[in-house]
Amino acid sequence: MSALYPQTEALSPRERAVLNLYAISALAVFLLLMLFGLTMRAAQGRWINISPEVFYQLMTAHGAGMVGTVGLASSTVMWFFLRKYVQLNTAMFVANYVLFLLGAALILAAVFIGGFGGAWTFLYPLPVHTMGIWSINSAAVFMLGYLVIGVGFLLFYLDAMLAMMRAYGNLGRALGLQWLFGGTIDKSHPTTVVASTMVIIVNTLGILGGAVVLVMCLVNAYAPRFALDALLVKNLIYFFGHVFVNCSIYMAVIGVYELLPRYSGRPWGVSRPFLWAWAASTVMVLIVYPHHLMMDYVMPHWMLVTGQIISYTSGLPVFLVTAYGALTNVYRSGMRWRMPAMLIVLSMFGWAAGIVPAIVDGTITVNEVMHNTMWVPGHFHFYLLLGVLPMVLAFMYHVAGASSRSLETAGDRLSLAVYLIAGLAFVGMFLAGGRASEPRRYAVHFAEWLPYDRAASIAAALVIAAMLLFAIRISGALLKAGSGEKGSSGEVPAHRPG
Amino acid sequence: MTMQNDAWVVSLVGIGLVALLFIYVIAQAGKTAPDPTTVQKGAYALRRPFFWALIVLGIGVTYATLRTFPIPKQQGPLYPAQIVQVVAHQWSWQISPGSIQAGVPIEFDVTSADVNHGFAIFDAHDRLLTQTQAMPGYTNRLIYTFARPGNYRVLCLEYCGVAHYGMMDELHVVAHKGDR
Repeated sequence: MSALYPQTEALSPRERAVLNLYAISALAVFLLLMLFGLTMRAAQGRWINISPEVFYQLMTAHGAGMVGTVGLASSTVMWFFLRKYVQLNTAMFVANYVLFLLGAALILAAVFIGGFGGAWTFLYPLPVHTMGIWSINSAAVFMLGYLVIGVGFLLFYLDAMLAMMRAYGNLGRALGLQWLFGGTIDKSHPTTVVASTMVIIVNTLGILGGAVVLVMCLVNAYAPRFALDALLVKNLIYFFGHVFVNCSIYMAVIGVYELLPRYSGRPWGVSRPFLWAWAASTVMVLIVYPHHLMMDYVMPHWMLVTGQIISYTSGLPVFLVTAYGALTNVYRSGMRWRMPAMLIVLSMFGWAAGIVPAIVDGTITVNEVMHNTMWVPGHFHFYLLLGVLPMVLAFMYHVAGASSRSLETAGDRLSLAVYLIAGLAFVGMFLAGGRASEPRRYAVHFAEWLPYDRAASIAAALVIAAMLLFAIRISGALLKAGSGEKGSSGEVPAHRPG
Repeated sequence: MTMQNDAWVVSLVGIGLVALLFIYVIAQAGKTAPDPTTVQKGAYALRRPFFWALIVLGIGVTYATLRTFPIPKQQGPLYPAQIVQVVAHQWSWQISPGSIQAGVPIEFDVTSADVNHGFAIFDAHDRLLTQTQAMPGYTNRLIYTFARPGNYRVLCLEYCGVAHYGMMDELHVVAHKGDR
């Protein structure tokens, strides 16, 4: 059976400090943003009273914050495992963190000091068409915050790209393209390298697209004579947004490939279907974004058809390679059911099940009655709350578990059960609201929608309670490991200063 | 059955099937197969027909849902029974004429005077019937045939600022002249 903590993953004191900064910051911000979400649902359910201005500030901070923080947390997973195979520059990863903090501070200032409530999507021209609610400067600071965060991620990706090219010659070889049509696959080629290469290629393009549109909007904010095309801006924003969120999933799934075999005792290496899945995903993630624009009828119709078809085909790698591969890896394996293993299996379920309503909504005729209803947050909360976040938590529990066997208590397992059941109820209320045509992003709801909002509020409170316990347990163990406690697992405690 | 119910049922069935598969595998995970290679070979042999089944399903659904393209052409005449001009503002609708005929195709020419909005028509039970985006600089043409006369609610479905939730209006749909 493979070691849970191989020596190749040893952390230097500096690396451990970086990992702790990323992990603990992400957990704290997740909790804060979840509280924002609960506040919004409780306000929609008329259990608390907040002004629409505050509601939309919370909505903007929740959306922008979650997108960025999921990216931050999942980049930790990629960095941790990728550094085993290629020479990464830790300073670049630190720079990413510093720029993230700076960007987050700008965004929070724009929202809670400047009153910006233009949503995380900042669709032109809403940020500069303020109706006196916020100032142009607030909108500009918000967009500048995005830009700074994007630069941080670009630094990390460019460093990883260089490292990958040094190790494998070019990105195509790192992605395993040379084995797509034949040849003997090098089974030792790391799954982490394949997935990371895909992310580096795709998210670099996504972030560059985002940077272009942010600069365009910033110029327009102070020089309105440079008027922008609203449809072009929308295309660029959804291209960037879709790619960024998806890459967060793909960075986090690296942890699944790396960790699941250690708990199942079965290898999970590259294969031709695996390589095809990642090569196809590289293309599909870049071209599927028009499914966000299906109700923009003036879009070229071939693009909308592409959006529908690629929405369907994008599900294939998820179902048939990653989720199916995980189940095959687990089936009759004599699984060691520790917290990371349970969280990984939950994450696979959340991802695979969550994309079902997403694919359904990717059908133009369905989109016509579901677009911008609660169905949409229903499906993306499904695969983010029950898919990506458990992937990240599994990684954190695993790393933290190197120094603390006490992370495997009944309390942890009970929290996991609460998280699953309440999480399902929470996303279920969004989907049920979508079925009932409940619009998303309404600060005030009709009476007939209140039962969904109130049930979702209760479920959200339970999710937060479970998340709070996870955060406390993980943070405590990570800090303890940093203080030099010896590993007690009987295996190599590689996450101590090595 | 409405489209919303169809989507709900299909999603629940899909999620349920995924859940059943996971429950089955989790129940088996504690056991140890004598030969893991056989397990993996068997599972991967099953994957190929599963792949082709999903491809065939996808092609079928794509054909069924796109055979009649759900979005009207955006250039050239559509020959509707009536054309309705819709202009969205922060935070009101300008709709003319306000009286619309039932039972015949109505063309809505939808645009915005300021930011992005979403023009969405709801029935008396607040069920969403159809929608399109209202965008500055563009006109989206939507065709819809109202089955019955009555009052229909128009809501905004694209976030447009602090009073987005209150951006509502009504369409008064009357019997078609030929039906009176």
